Amino acid sequence: MNVSVTAEQVLELAVRALPGAEIDVTADAVHRALTRFANSRIHQNVAEDTVSVRLRAHLDGRTVSTTTTLTSPEGLTSLVARTAAAVRSAPRDPGWPGLAPAAPLALPGTVDEATRDASPDDRAARVQAFVEAAGGLETAGYCQTGHWSGVYRNSAGQALSAQATTAELDGIARDAGADGVARRSSVRLSDLDGAAQGARAAAKARSQADPVELPPGRYEVVLEPEAVADLLTNFSLFGFNAKAVQERRSFARLGEAQFDEAISLYDDPREPFDGEGTPRTRLALVEKGVTTALAHDRRTAAAAGAASTGHGGSAAWGPMPNNLGFAPGSSSPEEMISRIERGLLITDLWYTRVLDPRTLALTGLTRNGVWLIEGGEVTRPVRNMRFTQLYPQALGPGAVLGVSAEAVPQPSRQFLGAWTAPALHLASWNITGNASG
Amino acid sequence: MSFFDVAEAAVAAALDAGARYADARVMHKRYESMEARNGEVEELNSDESAGIGVRALVGSSWGFYAVPDLSDSAARLAGARATAIAKASARVAGPGVDLVPTTVSTATWASECLIDPLAVPLSDKGDLLTHATKTMVEHGADQATGVYQVWDTRKWFVSSEGHRIDQHVRECGAGIQATSIGEGETQVRSYPAARGQYGTRGWELVQGLDLLAHAPRLAEESRALLTAPLCPSGETALILGSEQLFLQIHESVGHAIELDRILGWEAAFAGTSWLDLSQLGSLRYGSELMNVTIDPTLPGALGSFGFDDEGTPAAKRYAVKDGIWVGVLAGRDSAALAGLDYGGSVRADGWSRLPMVRMTNVGLEPGPHTLEQIIAETDDGVFMDHNRSWSIDDKRLNFQFGCEIAYEVKNGKKGRMLRNPTYTGIGPKFWQSMDMLSSETENWGTPNCGKGQPTQVGHTGHPCAPARFQNVRVGVRA
Repeated sequence: MNVSVTAEQVLELAVRALPGAEIDVTADAVHRALTRFANSRIHQNVAEDTVSVRLRAHLDGRTVSTTTTLTSPEGLTSLVARTAAAVRSAPRDPGWPGLAPAAPLALPGTVDEATRDASPDDRAARVQAFVEAAGGLETAGYCQTGHWSGVYRNSAGQALSAQATTAELDGIARDAGADGVARRSSVRLSDLDGAAQGARAAAKARSQADPVELPPGRYEVVLEPEAVADLLTNFSLFGFNAKAVQERRSFARLGEAQFDEAISLYDDPREPFDGEGTPRTRLALVEKGVTTALAHDRRTAAAAGAASTGHGGSAAWGPMPNNLGFAPGSSSPEEMISRIERGLLITDLWYTRVLDPRTLALTGLTRNGVWLIEGGEVTRPVRNMRFTQLYPQALGPGAVLGVSAEAVPQPSRQFLGAWTAPALHLASWNITGNASG
Repeated sequence: MSFFDVAEAAVAAALDAGARYADARVMHKRYESMEARNGEVEELNSDESAGIGVRALVGSSWGFYAVPDLSDSAARLAGARATAIAKASARVAGPGVDLVPTTVSTATWASECLIDPLAVPLSDKGDLLTHATKTMVEHGADQATGVYQVWDTRKWFVSSEGHRIDQHVRECGAGIQATSIGEGETQVRSYPAARGQYGTRGWELVQGLDLLAHAPRLAEESRALLTAPLCPSGETALILGSEQLFLQIHESVGHAIELDRILGWEAAFAGTSWLDLSQLGSLRYGSELMNVTIDPTLPGALGSFGFDDEGTPAAKRYAVKDGIWVGVLAGRDSAALAGLDYGGSVRADGWSRLPMVRMTNVGLEPGPHTLEQIIAETDDGVFMDHNRSWSIDDKRLNFQFGCEIAYEVKNGKKGRMLRNPTYTGIGPKFWQSMDMLSSETENWGTPNCGKGQPTQVGHTGHPCAPARFQNVRVGVRA
């Protein structure tokens, strides 16, 4: 399937069917394959080849967005007819920001051919290495490879195309009910070392025998990269989304020193353009603790008198940066631990949900390993705990005591999304419950 | 060439390539949604998707492949690729896979739909949402949103055992929400549910909601919440409205009784379950008032169907009877592994996804009381309703929920409004504390249950009525 030809065909059909309309088209071909294992066996092994076309039309003040996976000539004709009928009866859209003007790509897509062409056996080999490295512990997880080829065309002359690949390996090892995890994302399958990840997960699991239960309270913590990925997820969804800011649902305030000066935050996209045809580039959202930018789509940019940063997607959700990362620091997890008199080492966070988006108050649980730190050393495992925490406050001025030099790419739940997560040493984390309730 | 023929070609190709069992689903799906904010339409989407997904079993290993091409050649290629993927799975193989027997059906099924939601003019649907959201702004909301969603799904299922089933499921629903913003917080009120109310029904479901009539109240309550006293902290009697209780059931019962979780198949992502199969039939899950059913036969409920995505006919069974755990949500392979004799709860959210164990309609049977009686018989407690946040651990034991609104209950009367209500607990302890249960059941439906990798979004139903729980910790905050 040549998605460029498909996109061009749909644009031509739509321009003819809707004279005077502003039209844009995206066509995406995705190959996604995911090999999933549990109880140390591959139990679900899937692959899909999909092509989807999205057509957006704005006519006489009304906008409609339609999609199809039916890319035969009849399917594309039907898509255009459906769009033409819908846009004439759609409600008015006074916030329409206009189409993206013609502009070249600022970033290339990163394609690794071996990842694009990875076979079920290639993924199974990574899984096998993970399972064997766990040394007999029960294991579970997945290995995914994917390739995206995308095209954008609009009636204002913008024409972009790019490709990208992704690879992820995420697994746990289990020892007597305790789980250890190792998780990594890359654009190259060859970066993913099944044996190394399996060994790390197993070592984490084995170090959790006989956990203790601790009382709720505020603890100094080291969050490992898997846990830090959750902070990035929630900052993406609720924090630096310009729509949330404009609707006063976000804590983010441009120009204010909202974070510790050890914190710099950026978005480094893998897809070189967004669904509105705006080229993407690396975007610095926080620099040395100061909030410096927000993610914009064309609607929020028009409202703010700013330029789109290439984060167009859902108008209802608003612009979300899906490739956030904290800039690395100079410390190491071992150094962070050595500086803590009493605190917790937390590997992962789980099922975090927002209590109030304006303060970004969240509750959630620890997962895949918690250890007590005493006198600068990890002394014993701790049973999982519930926390209720204002995320910006946890990273506020004076609250960040260290950022690790190594930042580990972590999978996100977006197909080409990823978080770049160093370990963080934080002065306080609000534990509000334990395994007993 | 019919869609059955396409599916049969895929199954035949999978068998020819070496599979010992194969099934295929052709699906054609239409989806329409609209979101409005503050009197204007914010997003209007109309999607169409069609393709085929093939599942092949080789030895003890599964493979699945999907493609959006319904030609005979593409279907045959999909079948062969599913088998090839299954063979690769054998590199890290496990014990044998069996499938519990099921009735081999040739059948047609359709959900009831009086008013086709896709035939209702967009302008009428837009007017409904824009008027409702404009009304909320006029009554004090800082942000007012409304949404409707429609799914029209046709499926053709064929298996190598001889199944030949087509189904037509139409689902829709809607909801509105008012948000008031204070100096350091937001307050939200929703109707009829936090994410809307949905069912396997036509547009008559949305008409029956009468969204406009509730718009002023939502705005006024969200504004009033900004200055309401905080929900106190401590242990107390907790009365839950049915909108909140349905999510409590979903999270702390529905997911816990999923057999794939119990067997460890979701251990790395969604998690496992605190339930141990050796205790099926004897474990006390809750008080004697607790009777939970798995019932995909409920007319109009969101989790209803004629056959699941393995071709097993819909049937009602108990998950909890008189407080004792007696049943699970299962598929044919997980049931065989667990030594059970029933599947029936396997679904995929589209043609490109592998069918997996999902909730259908998991609900709490009604009790003997009324909400009025429950409040009248509560000396000191809190009444909470309408979910705002939800979080539960990977074994489905330790939960914390936040609600949009609460009321003090003192000496048998509902008193002042309380803001930022939360409660937390441990599943079986919580359910064993349920001492009053209303008969006023509502069929709640939620279309956003995430599970699996790649993630699938499930549509589930949860009939339930208000209930009272004793000694619950409330008022947990940051």
